[in-house]
Amino acid sequence: MSFLSQNASTILTLTIEHLWLTGAAMFFAAAIAIPTGIFLARSPRWARPVIGLANILQTIPSLAMFGFLLPLPWLGDRAARIAIVALTAYALLPILRNSYAGIRGIDPALVEVARALGLTSRQRLFKVELPLAASFILAGLRTATVTCVGIATIAAAVGAGGLGELIFRGVASVDNRLVLAGAIPAALLALAADAALGLLERWTKVPSA
Amino acid sequence: MTTAASIPAIDFRNVSFALPGGNLLLDRISLTLGEGTTTAILGRSGSGKTTLLRTVNRLLEPTSGEVFLGGQNARDRELIALRRSIGYVIQEVGLFPHFTLERNVALVLEAEGVPLDKRIRRAHSLLAAVGLDPHPFALRYPRQLSGGQRQRAGLARALAADPPILLMDEPFGALDPLTRLEMQQMMRTLLRQFKKTVVLVTHDLDEALYLADHIILLDSGCTIANLTPAEFLHSAQPEVRAYVHAFRRDGLANPTPGPAVSEAAS
Repeated sequence: MSFLSQNASTILTLTIEHLWLTGAAMFFAAAIAIPTGIFLARSPRWARPVIGLANILQTIPSLAMFGFLLPLPWLGDRAARIAIVALTAYALLPILRNSYAGIRGIDPALVEVARALGLTSRQRLFKVELPLAASFILAGLRTATVTCVGIATIAAAVGAGGLGELIFRGVASVDNRLVLAGAIPAALLALAADAALGLLERWTKVPSA
Repeated sequence: MTTAASIPAIDFRNVSFALPGGNLLLDRISLTLGEGTTTAILGRSGSGKTTLLRTVNRLLEPTSGEVFLGGQNARDRELIALRRSIGYVIQEVGLFPHFTLERNVALVLEAEGVPLDKRIRRAHSLLAAVGLDPHPFALRYPRQLSGGQRQRAGLARALAADPPILLMDEPFGALDPLTRLEMQQMMRTLLRQFKKTVVLVTHDLDEALYLADHIILLDSGCTIANLTPAEFLHSAQPEVRAYVHAFRRDGLANPTPGPAVSEAAS
């Protein structure tokens, strides 16, 4: 137990770093993917190519992704930048796909009535489409967050910090305590994010008739 | 007959509508619907009834021809304002599941920026007019209602902005016969109370006879009859007879034509 007390402050610092990396990435991913998903829902002919692109991003192995970004001019200066960009790329697909599907999945009768009532396209979006798709969009956000909390551990490979640092150090020095000191908080973070967003998702869900 | 007073509320001038594939759904329809009248559009599924209805509030734009509303080309009207001046009721009702009934009913007013207290008052009086007591119904959600109650709320919503024109697409088609009858009776009362120009798409001949001043029979996108209910029942035209016969084959039903008959006779 002396191990824990010796390393408590390190674990805490790295946990906060981890949260910050993931949180920033989720913020950017949501800011990009939700509006894009809305746009795609309105112009579906773009949906296949754009979602396809996000899909390709998703298939790049994470270690390779960090490696690709390393030599880029502004990004390479700071490891945290690389980590956030890479995590954002991974988070795009689930958010994009769910935003698109959430809005496309709204009962066509409701969309037609919203048009026939004379709601402007903005009013339709904010009064009808977004509230009805909110739980879908949040479900995408939740999947993305849980994935990114896990992938963020690999960001330590490029020196971006986070709980991965303990894991990498533990692996290098064959010290399982260090590996666990990184892995357990990371797992707990993922579970907590999953539970919190799950709650929000249920709260925004509109019960069907 | 072209005095200012007789400008038709809705005037279809050679309206055609074709799908991008070339399938012709409406074939040069010309019809005039007088202000304050109720017109029922009958016809088989796929005859173009709904398509015709949707050209009025420009959910569909005719591929050729024009729709004039009160003497003005619908195409020249600002789209949002045009739609707010036309009530729209459909079979699926389309109440927004995340809004209470009062918010559903007053949504057009909300969209127009009418103050909250005013629009809530309006919503309550409309709910009462369609037979839904504002207490408790104003704060209920659509999922808490029966099919008939939902359709009533849908009607209240269509009337919220006091539109001169009301489009109804098989509004009572999904209801059980007893509820449907109640709704039709209420509708008749409301039509007398509010002078609206109503276009009612229906499969139900009895409903058309009961509510409409004019009955239009569509077939393959063409108007094949435009008659008063009394004329419709006794028409010798084969298509009309076939339609009437389909409803009267048991020889039991005894149609009671609506208010139109007396008007038609005068």
